[in-house]
This record gives sequence, structure tokens and C-alpha cells, in this order.
Amino acid sequence: MTLTKAEMAERLFLDVGLNKREARECVDAFFEVLREALERGEPVKLSGFGNFDLRNKNQRPGRNPKTGEEIPISARRVVTFRPGQKLKLRVENHAGSGQQ
Amino acid sequence: MTKSELITALAERQKHLAFADVELAVRNVIEQMSVALAGGDRIEIRGFGSFSLHYRPPRTGRNPKTGTAVALPGKHVPHFKPGKELRQRVNEGRDSSP
Repeated sequence: MTLTKAEMAERLFLDVGLNKREARECVDAFFEVLREALERGEPVKLSGFGNFDLRNKNQRPGRNPKTGEEIPISARRVVTFRPGQKLKLRVENHAGSGQQ
Repeated sequence: MTKSELITALAERQKHLAFADVELAVRNVIEQMSVALAGGDRIEIRGFGSFSLHYRPPRTGRNPKTGTAVALPGKHVPHFKPGKELRQRVNEGRDSSP
């Protein structure tokens, strides 16, 4: 199973009592507010879940894996996610933890 | 941005919703995401990114104090892969913020 925005909105309809349109808009706005914060260079900390941090990467040498041609990888800013302790513990204890 | 700042920003944008409902909605969405990952499910949000579990095989660790070997079982850890739109917007935001 995969959790998608549609499932999230359905739960907001069932659990929170938003109507379907409000629920859909709320889920869209949730991720848009997160994107806007990160776009402004502002990290996001959701306690109990994890932190979305920003890292500035310098230019570094790279290679086209198909052709072997050398091409520099330009300097960029990237998002990284660091799961919180609570989420890590909940995931670690998940039943299928024996193998992938 | 913290969870409470996220709630305030969202309430500002969804003025027709009661603040308490926005608060419930944010907590609900975050809990849904935690439950999905805890149950071994993936999360896919187009334009934002996907969350999945990565497996860490069993290994032998050491108690840093005593140096004794301890068998550590395999486990899963949450992993996030940013989506294309998020990657682009974050990188373009580089010029306008430190």
C-alpha cells in the first residue's frame, strides 16, 4: 500500500469532518506551505516526525554514467530529511524488520 | 518552521476553516504519515517527494565504554527522496536566501 494525497484527504473527511473539497485543499496547502518554507531557505521541524534541512553543495566533478564523459555537477541547494527519534523507533519496530 | 508555525501558516491560507480544525488536520496528516511508515508502507506526494523504508542489515556493534561486541539486529530506517518540483524550487531559492 502507498499513502497518497487522496488517502490523506479521505481521512481528513472521515476523522476531522472537513468536506471533501476542504480536505483536498487542506492536504495540498499542507505540502505547499512546506515547499514555500524550504524554498525560502527555512528548515522545517515537525516534532515526532522529523526535520527537513537544507544543505548547500559545492560544485564537484561528475561523470555521465552512460558515456563516461566528465561533466561538473553544479553547486546547488538540496533538501535532506532527518527522521526524529520517535519515528525511527516506530519504524524500527515494524513487523517486517527481518528483511526487505 | 515548526509544527505550530505550519498550523498558523495553513490557517492563514484556509480562512474558511476553524483554527482548531486546521490544527487537527495537520496532526492527522503527520500521524497518517508516521503510521504508514511504521507499517512498512510508502508515501508518495507528487511535486513534494516520496518516503520509503531502507533496510540496514544486522551488524556487530561495540559498547563504546567497555569495547564488548554486541550483535545488532537488522532494522528499517525512514528515507525521503525529494520530488522534482521541490528540488527545483529549493535550488532556485538559493539566489534569494542565505
